[in-house]
Amino acid sequence: MGGQAAGPVELAEHDHALWEKRVDALMVLASRKGFFTVDGLRRALEDMGEEAFETMSYYERWVAAVNQNLLEAGVYTVAELGARMAEVRARGDTYGEVAGG
Amino acid sequence: MPHDHADDPHLSPSGHPYRPDQDEPLTYWQTMEIAIRELLVEKGILTPAEIQAEIDAMDSRSPANGAAVVARAWTDPEYKARLLADASAACRELGFDIGPLRLIAVENTETVHNLIVCTLCSCYPRNLLGLPPDWYKSRAYRSRAVREPRALLAEFGLTLGRDVTLRVHDSTADMRYVVLPRRPEGTEGWDAEALAALVTRDSMIGTGLPRSPGDVASTVAGAEGNG
Amino acid sequence: MAERVRVRRWAPPGHVRTPFYLRGKTGVIERRLGRFPNPEELAYRQDAARIELVRVRFTAAELWGDGAERPDDTVDAEIYAHWLEPLEAADAP
Repeated sequence: MGGQAAGPVELAEHDHALWEKRVDALMVLASRKGFFTVDGLRRALEDMGEEAFETMSYYERWVAAVNQNLLEAGVYTVAELGARMAEVRARGDTYGEVAGG
Repeated sequence: MPHDHADDPHLSPSGHPYRPDQDEPLTYWQTMEIAIRELLVEKGILTPAEIQAEIDAMDSRSPANGAAVVARAWTDPEYKARLLADASAACRELGFDIGPLRLIAVENTETVHNLIVCTLCSCYPRNLLGLPPDWYKSRAYRSRAVREPRALLAEFGLTLGRDVTLRVHDSTADMRYVVLPRRPEGTEGWDAEALAALVTRDSMIGTGLPRSPGDVASTVAGAEGNG
Repeated sequence: MAERVRVRRWAPPGHVRTPFYLRGKTGVIERRLGRFPNPEELAYRQDAARIELVRVRFTAAELWGDGAERPDDTVDAEIYAHWLEPLEAADAP
């Protein structure tokens, strides 16, 4: 997006939430262990398209890209992920309740 | 080391509000993070301790690390030469664990100002300075840093003279960049520790300048009478 | 004398690390960085060839023409060698 027209820079900052730090750590560790490359992560981010950039936060896009790369690497299946997400969702209504520490 | 201030429980140690997290309704993407993490642990790919250690390592990285490097370069010409020749080695020399980071230091002078951006994504010297600020990852910053960097810098409160050449560094591939800002006037005789307190994160990205001695006169111990 | 290069105008559908705003633009080699695995192959789980990576310096005038804030300001970017074509002296503007 270098060079494209854009508005003022929003200078407000926030500290990273625990779940965001965990996404970051998953990316670093899984790539260090050879399951994907940072280039694979970037490719998945780009393939999400413009809409994702407008509607998802930075680490929401990252976790989606990590998932895409782990599926491609055969680390787990779509069915395993779907079942586990349903199980997690059933544990409660907040991150603190369901994240297991 | 970085978490040594802020008494307000609603603000983090760095003085920013926490993003809603633990007590907000669970989101789809948070659910995915938990599921992926649990699957990786169950399959023996990661351990919870490894994940926590990685978070701890990232939490321990902060602009203070870069400030120490800059301050050393300001006080030791031979170190500065090594920093400009091989910034990764110079950081490791000071004991910083920067992993595989390939770092290039670019020096501000009277006639050159440097600015760092990644127009393609959000590449940043995270293994030295910690995670980048939100604005660094924003569409506006990434678009305008190459197209109208002077107007952009003005929004950060930094107006460059026409006699200063602006060099923008787009982190498009395997290198990461850190700006070696100019040592502030009036700091003659200051030691590296006192100087490090003048070095801001933004001054190492190029969107700001170091603090001046007047900004920190009341807080920098040992600086009195040395100026 | 500085070595002049021009960035190719390719636009393949896929992951590349050459920004659009630099394509077709001419610059000078600022430094050579050595050989690195091609990210265009790494991104797709392919065995990546190691190719030369160079830092190229472009002037604001070259990138933005009359719209440049200050013509002599520069943008430096890392470009993989297969994206660069050398310029003969005769091609110089």
